[in-house]
Amino acid sequence: MDMKLTVNGTSHAIDIEPEMPLLWVLRDELNLPGTKFGCGMAQCGACTVHVDGNAVRSCVTPVGSVSGAVTTVEGLGTPTTLHAVQAAWIEHQVAQCGYCQSGQIMSAAALLQTNRAPTDADIDEAMSGNLCRCGAYPRIRAAIHDAARRVQRTGGA
Amino acid sequence: MGKLATIARRTFLIGSAAAVGGVAFGVYKVRQTAPNPLLGDLPQGITALTPYVRIDGQGVTLIAPRAEMGQGIHTTLAALVAEELDVAWDSIRVEHGPPGAAYYNRAVMEHNVPFADLDQSVTAEAMRGAMGVMAKLLPIQVTGGSSNVVDLFDRMRTAGAAARFALVAAAAQKLGLPAAQLKTDNGSVLAPDGQRLTYVELAPAAAGIDLPASPPLKAREQWRYLGKSMPRVDMVAKCNGTATFGIDVRLPGMVFATVRMNPAMGAALLRFDATAAKTMRGVLKVIELPGGVAVIANNTWRAFQAVQAVQCEWAEPGYPASTAAAMEAITASMTDKHRDSRLRDDGDVDKALAGGTVLEAEYRVPFLAHATMEPMNAVALLKDGKLDIWAGVQNPTAARDLAAKAAGLDAAHVHVHVMLMGGGFGRRLESDYVVQAAQLAVAMTGTPVKLTWRREEDMTLDFYRPAAVARLRGATAGKQAHALDVRVASLSPAESNLGRLGLPAMGPDTKIIEGAFDQPYGIANYRATAYRTPAGRPVSYTRSVGNSYNGFFIESFIDELAAQAGDDPLRMRLALLTHEPSRKVLSAVASMSAWGQPMAAGRGRGVAFHLCRGVPVAQVVEITVTKDGVKIDKVFVAVDVGTTLDPRNLEAQLQSGVIFGLSAALYGEITFAKGAAEQTNFHDYPVLRMQQAPQITVKVLEGGGAIRGVGETGVPPVAPALANAIYQATGRRIRELPLRKHIAFV
Repeated sequence: MDMKLTVNGTSHAIDIEPEMPLLWVLRDELNLPGTKFGCGMAQCGACTVHVDGNAVRSCVTPVGSVSGAVTTVEGLGTPTTLHAVQAAWIEHQVAQCGYCQSGQIMSAAALLQTNRAPTDADIDEAMSGNLCRCGAYPRIRAAIHDAARRVQRTGGA
Repeated sequence: MGKLATIARRTFLIGSAAAVGGVAFGVYKVRQTAPNPLLGDLPQGITALTPYVRIDGQGVTLIAPRAEMGQGIHTTLAALVAEELDVAWDSIRVEHGPPGAAYYNRAVMEHNVPFADLDQSVTAEAMRGAMGVMAKLLPIQVTGGSSNVVDLFDRMRTAGAAARFALVAAAAQKLGLPAAQLKTDNGSVLAPDGQRLTYVELAPAAAGIDLPASPPLKAREQWRYLGKSMPRVDMVAKCNGTATFGIDVRLPGMVFATVRMNPAMGAALLRFDATAAKTMRGVLKVIELPGGVAVIANNTWRAFQAVQAVQCEWAEPGYPASTAAAMEAITASMTDKHRDSRLRDDGDVDKALAGGTVLEAEYRVPFLAHATMEPMNAVALLKDGKLDIWAGVQNPTAARDLAAKAAGLDAAHVHVHVMLMGGGFGRRLESDYVVQAAQLAVAMTGTPVKLTWRREEDMTLDFYRPAAVARLRGATAGKQAHALDVRVASLSPAESNLGRLGLPAMGPDTKIIEGAFDQPYGIANYRATAYRTPAGRPVSYTRSVGNSYNGFFIESFIDELAAQAGDDPLRMRLALLTHEPSRKVLSAVASMSAWGQPMAAGRGRGVAFHLCRGVPVAQVVEITVTKDGVKIDKVFVAVDVGTTLDPRNLEAQLQSGVIFGLSAALYGEITFAKGAAEQTNFHDYPVLRMQQAPQITVKVLEGGGAIRGVGETGVPPVAPALANAIYQATGRRIRELPLRKHIAFV
């Protein structure tokens, strides 16, 4: 049975079993590899995407349960107009290996949608589900504070 | 040289990795320049001036001979070439080069001599020279061992300068002017009359110019990229989701696979039943591999589901199958029979320890997983007798040769496309997943196959950092340590790794004892002995290798000696250090951390020093003991790298080392039952998270010594500095990692 899914503004009708995690629909069926596979059990956050603006772990989200619009890192900004979080990430040169950064950026962008001036404690809470083995945490924190200032200046994320 | 090379070959383990295949020795081959691997398949209109610089219609591309796994090496290599070639920063592109003899890594071999990094004696230097020669012959194209900038600092600048020389010479011919009258400016040659010839248009003529072997290089004062914090060449792509890691490679008609191997690594698959798996949606094929099974499907998740539905019966391993048995094998090997090396024996330790108050302690560390964020994966396509592989690998020459062997091909017919790595940490020096992909490609000839491991496979089928046990004895006289006897037993990562490469393991494995024998402490009676545990479960290299545990052993025990002597632990280290740059980093970290200033009740600080890959580093960790456990507040790092190429990247590498080291110090532990690792994913193999990451302040000194890499340097001192802080705050001396077995953390 065809399943309807809207990703980055494009609607798709795909023949897929509803229990397949959203992650693998994105990566293997829709060829959107920016969302990463890390653990398969919502432990690392590499697979974080937005569903109707909320951060979800796509590796444990059955595609059949998704009714809202999905945004992946590919749809967050564009090369000419980066999202404030991406711009701050580049300014602070956050990424090392970079594998976890799609998920980090999606979690940070979701945080700033509900909290335009997050404290360190807010950042701890919102980002605690995103692992980084390179240890970029200090720069992730600094970049989120910077992104918050950018959002405040422009009035929107 | 020939004699030394023979001695080296016969006597010492080569270390990090080597290529499989014949080792042809002969001075003629050393003198012969390796062929430029880019010339083999260059399309028309593209010029490769050196193995590192390619110019086509779009501009200049740096062919990076080392893999990017997060350490920023592609950016630094681009800066080295761009500095001398004179091109605009935003115009340079970077690609990873093919495996090729021209890309051999000399420095990683030179670090594997059985001499301390600071030993500059004639014998040590001659041995390093011989090892460098061997790297060229084998050839070894390893990314690891903090060796990149050491190996490539001069080579990449020379490549840029030689290419610039040829471009200027080509312009001189074209314009009929002496080269001395021409200048370069951001990718063009400028004539005195203002005429501008771009490198792109000059490249075809420049390809015919003989390159100078040693073109003059810019003085440091003239640098415009080096020494500055450059925007990383991979940063934008890593922030907008377009960076292509191995796991992201997509080819037309590709199928998706996963494997399930005997969890007792290396042991056999006795029998399996794939009846149920074969009926599952999307499953194309179930095949047997040596020691396991693979499922090939039309979607990775479907392959994951099906492989777990295969009924497998596994053989028992031929090595200790439980943690208790593995640790027992290590402690039991601490005998003369298993003695591997004694690389330091200053003074008379036995005499110094006879009588008087002798401090004795046993320390232990567990097996550790690499746990890169990107699970192991590789894409392979066998077509028309040629095998193409796309994978993140730290040793592409070994990956190529082992894949060729698995596919029954000549290595000349195998092409490894080296992809960005979502972490390496030594795991991707091994080629097991590449070999599996090659086997799958053979089974699916003509169709590209992407192999992706489940996290559970990645965690349990890792070549772990071996567990290790140390027994230390020491004595103090007045306020000074005057005897230190350190004995360390562990499995040999070199023996294990070289065995998989088809190379014999001969002589001592310095990795077992590195970081314990080579520290610049002027203790009058100082002896370091390594014991090699008979080979058990396969093990390999992990970021900072032996330093990762020997730093903990030595620096915790030095603290114990300071406590016994009633001395300040930082002051005692300063008094013991005989190496001036080492003293300076320790003094620097003391002033950064306001060492000696009183702290509030419930707070504490600890210090550790370590010399790793020639880099002295000192760290102070500050903690607060809360009712729920220890909180790590701050880490101060002082380091001397000789010459700084990119300050912001250097800071990132050291912060990375601290966080990596803290994950191991607090939590890292792999245990075994019935031959299988008991930790399977990040829920039971925790690593540091955002809320636990301390503030990390880094200060870089430039003592003017040889240039050094810091990919590993930040790791070793943080565990002992933390354990020493816990001792200072609580009076509890913890002699075993992970620390959480003994104390809680928040």
